[in-house]
This record gives sequence, structure tokens and C-alpha cells, in this order.
Amino acid sequence: MKKALKRGLYAVLLALLPFATGMAFGKTWVRILDFALLYVMLALGLNIVVGFAGLLDLGYVAFFAVGAYCYALLASPHFGLHLPFWLILPIGAFAAGIFGMLLGAPTLRLRGDYLAIVTLGFGEIIRIFLNNLDTPYNITGGPQGIDMIDPIRLGSFSLNQPTSHTVYSYYFLFLFFALATAFVSMRLQHSRIGRAWAAIREDEIAAEAMGINTRNVKLLAFAMGASFGGLSGGLFAGFEGFVSPESFTLMESIMILSMVVLGGMGHIRGVIFGAVLLSILPEALRYVGPIEQSLFGKIVVDPSSLRMLLFGLALILVMLLRPAGLWPSPARKRELLAHGETAKHENTNIYDAGR
Amino acid sequence: MMQDAKLLEVQNIGKTFGGLAALSGVSLSINRGEIYALIGPNGAGKTTLFNVLTGIYKPDSGNFRLEGVEMAGKKPSEMAKSGIARTFQNIRLFSNMSVIENVMVGRHCRTRGGVLGAILGSSRTRAEEKSISEKARHLLDYVGLARHAHMLARNLSYGDQRRLEIARALATEPKLLALDEPAAGMNPLETDSLKSLLETIRRDGITLLLIEHDVKLVMGICDRLAVLNFGKKIAEGEPSQVGSNPLVIEAYLGVS
Ligand SMILES: Nc1ncnc2c1ncn2[C@@H]1O[C@H](COP(=O)(O)OP(=O)(O)OP(=O)(O)O)[C@@H](O)[C@H]1O
Ligand SMILES: [Mg+2]
Repeated sequence: MKKALKRGLYAVLLALLPFATGMAFGKTWVRILDFALLYVMLALGLNIVVGFAGLLDLGYVAFFAVGAYCYALLASPHFGLHLPFWLILPIGAFAAGIFGMLLGAPTLRLRGDYLAIVTLGFGEIIRIFLNNLDTPYNITGGPQGIDMIDPIRLGSFSLNQPTSHTVYSYYFLFLFFALATAFVSMRLQHSRIGRAWAAIREDEIAAEAMGINTRNVKLLAFAMGASFGGLSGGLFAGFEGFVSPESFTLMESIMILSMVVLGGMGHIRGVIFGAVLLSILPEALRYVGPIEQSLFGKIVVDPSSLRMLLFGLALILVMLLRPAGLWPSPARKRELLAHGETAKHENTNIYDAGR
Repeated sequence: MMQDAKLLEVQNIGKTFGGLAALSGVSLSINRGEIYALIGPNGAGKTTLFNVLTGIYKPDSGNFRLEGVEMAGKKPSEMAKSGIARTFQNIRLFSNMSVIENVMVGRHCRTRGGVLGAILGSSRTRAEEKSISEKARHLLDYVGLARHAHMLARNLSYGDQRRLEIARALATEPKLLALDEPAAGMNPLETDSLKSLLETIRRDGITLLLIEHDVKLVMGICDRLAVLNFGKKIAEGEPSQVGSNPLVIEAYLGVS
């Protein structure tokens, strides 16, 4: 009963949030909320790979790109295709999942730094492809990207009509999908598959010796994580109406990884918190410019460089003071308190297997 | 009919690292239902043989059969699936998972629940989850760790961690359970209760392969044993025969 009440309260709060935000700060901020929800989906997807299975991925934005371009190509004048969104979103998620496996397959034996570098390269390759696939055949639109993408339509109702309501209708659509991804993450975490992911994160050799086919389980983690990214990418394309390679840079991958790490790797609520925090805080720094202007009469520090500076500083501080993230899972907190050691597990050297 | 008594047959296994022959021409066979021990000085190749039998190393030569089925070259996960489970000399638990979760992971290869079932919470998946945790609970009871079910594995005492590794291996329903120095680091009291645990396991129909340095434990519990030295089998037989073998005495006293 109490739980139902609490849930109801959350539902009301989440439903009222955009309207309260819109009234208090204006529509720009509702738009920021929309993006925060997209980032929640991305962070939850990356959390499957990094948090659950313990595989570092620095190219995650590539899957976001795959989902976005899928949507753009299948619902825009670019190829003259106009498929409905409920068809494209799964296609995008599926395509991203395939790309996830494509990334996973050659990296199965890699861990730690090496995996990070290969995944980083993969992310860049996808972006560079998108940038250059406009000749000889114009597939991706090159650096200009693809525009005039169809808005998302529910039946005959376009979420972009009337234009003044766009940010609100997308808020609810994104909220639905963000909650769905959180739900799926939770179910997966507490399943046979989730335990297998945790096992390979803890000790790959022991996991394999206990009968877990680590190759399949890792590929599954890559595919699941990527499909969340693809889903989010499709929603992004429908919302923005425009995609170009610029949106899918390494910086984005790092941002999403920071959300996961800062929030609390492997802890779903922590990851959501990290995503919301890191998508909202940098926006708040936009106000620093005007404040400086009124205090000193001129801009002393450029707000955009201040953003990166503060972001880096915040990351360092969190890693020093709360190495398990701002909101770690209770178990992870216990373990860090009990032993002040964070990175003792990288000794998966085969030689070590029985000695 | 004679064949049926043999669970594992190892033939001429060889494994070299660089120039070092960690195993050369090792053959042995283990009968169903017995406790078979493997002893030998440090660096004799005992763990290497375990790593070969569990698929972590591929042997350079030779082969081995479990119930007549050729096994050499299979992946570790396939070995576990076919019925060879092991523990590790330097404990390899999933230290940041709870005790019961460690055992539940051991059920992985005997269960099938996939992504879709987990997401939808299908009744089949739920029933399977229930059976996994019941079985895990039962095994914790069996090895005497039930009261620690929800502790993190890393916080268990050394002896309990070794017991947990045994429970986790048992969860895979092995035909052959291979234990790499299960008594290492245990006090005499813990060693005693380990001994009775091993006897219970054998009584319940599981064949045991045991590497152990504690001579008293080995001699008291095993039916047969083999002695390795510099990668070669230098003796095999019942404890009383092997104990008086001059080659074995020499290996242990380190005459060279
Ligand atoms: N992966 C490897 N690479 C190189 N040498 C190895 C490797 N694994 C084992 N060895 C060597 O093979 C020999 C046998 O090692 P093994 O671990 O099997 O001995 P052991 O009988 O288990 O000894 P202990 O009683 O100390 O555990 C040793 O000389 C060891 O250094
Ligand atoms: Mg050894």
C-alpha cells in the first residue's frame, strides 16, 4: 500500500515536472529535460556493458548514431522513405544491436585499457564513415547530415503539432521509453543473464570454468547495451528533425561514460541520477556569462571553457572522494568501505588461473 | 563392462611452457565413485593437469575421455557442461557478489532462462529462478554456509571461501569434482570438517579428484593416488603402496 502511494506520488511529480519547469524557467529548460531523458536511456544502455559486464566502452555514441541515422534514412525525403516510428525504432535498436556485436566480436579477448582503445577507435570509425559516405553515392549526407526528418507521429497525431507543445509531448514519449529501459535494466540485472554478466566482471576465468560461455554472454551485453543506444538515437532524430556527424563525437561517449561512473556503475538509480545531473548542470553554467557580465562588467572566463574545467574538476573530486560514484549500490558501498582497494581485479592473466 | 567403471581416462598428456615440460606423458584413469588424489612437490605440474582437464590449457599432446567421450580441446565452459567442475588453488570467487549469488552462478550451465524471459518475467523464467535459488540454498546448507548466504563472498573467512568454491562447483552438477588444494590455509579443525564434507560428497555419488599437500588428509581419505614429479607420473596406487615407494620418498626428500 505504502509502495503504491509512493509510486503514485512519483508519477504525479514526473507528470507535473515539465509544466512546472516550463512556467518557472521557460521552454528551453523543458527541452533540456527532454535531452536529460535521452541521456538516461544512453547511460542505462552503457551501464549494461560497463556496469553490469565490466567491459569498458569508449565508443558508445556510435550506437546512438546508428539509431539516429536509421531513423533519418527511413523517415525523410533523403531517400523518400517515410516509415512510421513504431517500425523504425525497433529497426534502429536492432541495427545498433548488430553493430554492438560487430564491435564485441573482435574485442572478446581484450580487457581494460586495450578494450578502451579499440572501442574508442570503433566510435571514431563510425563517425568518419557517416562524414564521408556522401560520395560516390550520397547515403549519409556527409558533413551536412540529413534534415527534414519526419517528426514522430502517434496515429495521425504529430508530436510536433502545435509547435508550441512539441517539447512537452516529447517529454512524455521520452519518459515512457526511459522508464521502459530502466525496467528492462532492472529485470536483466536480477536474472540468470545478469548474474552471468556480474560473474565475468568479477572473474572471467572462474566464470568460464563454471560453465558460462563468456563469449556469448559478452556479445549479449554489447548487443543489449547498443540497442538501448539505438533506440535513444531514433528518438533523438525524430525529435531534432536533423542529424549530422557532429552530434556523435568522442566527447559524447566520454560524457555518457562519465554519467555512468559518476552516478554509480552498475546501480540503476545511481546511473539515472548521474545522467540527469550531468545533462542539467552544464546547462546551468550558461548563466555564468551574464552573472560575470553584471559582476565585473565583462566576461572574465569564457563560460564554455569554464564548463569543461568544472566538469573535469568535478570528475576528479568524485573519483577521489566517492570512488564508487555519487549514488552507488549498497553492496558496492559496503565493499569499498570494507577494503579501500578499487582496482585489484585486472589480473586475469591465464598463468594465474590455478596458482 | 570393465569400461564402465572408468569415469576419466587420461592418456599421454604433455604440456610445455617455453622449454619447460610441465607435463610429459601423463596417463591415469579415475574410477567412478572414488577419491583420487594427485600429489607431488611444488611445481610438479599438478595444477597444470587441472588446467588441461578443465579446458583452460590445451594439451600439446595426448587426450582424455570422460565417460568415453573425447574431451581434449574443448572450452572450459563446455568442460563444465560435460561434467567436470573445479576449484582453484588461489581462490577465485566472485568476491563482490553475495555468497548465495556465487552458487547461483554455478547453476548457469544447467538452466536456460534468456533475455526475453527475464524482461517479460514469464512464468517459466520465474519458476526457474526459484529452482536456482532453492538449489543454491540447499547447497549452502550442504557445505555449512547457509547462515552467511547474504554476505559478500570476499568477507568470508579463508576456510569458508574454500567451502563456497566447492558449493559453487557442485552447483554445476559435476560427475567429476576437481579440488586444487582445498585444505590449504585451513586450521586442523577446518581440515577435519572438510574431510567429512569430501566423504559426504563422495557418498552422494560424485567422483573426486584431489590435489593436496596435507599428507595426513590425503592418505586418510583417498582410495588411490598418483604422484607427479617434474611433470611425470612417478607412482600410482593405493596409499599404503605409494607411501613406501622409494621414488616417491626421494622426490619428497628432494634428493637430486
Ligand atoms: N602459464 C604458464 N606459463 C609458464 N609456466 C607455467 C605456466 N603454468 C605453469 N607453469 C610452470 O609449470 C610448472 C608446473 O606448475 P604447476 O602450477 O602445475 O605446479 P603444481 O604442481 O601445481 O605446484 P604447486 O604445488 O606449487 O601448486 C611450474 O614450473 C610452473 O612454473
Ligand atoms: Mg598448484
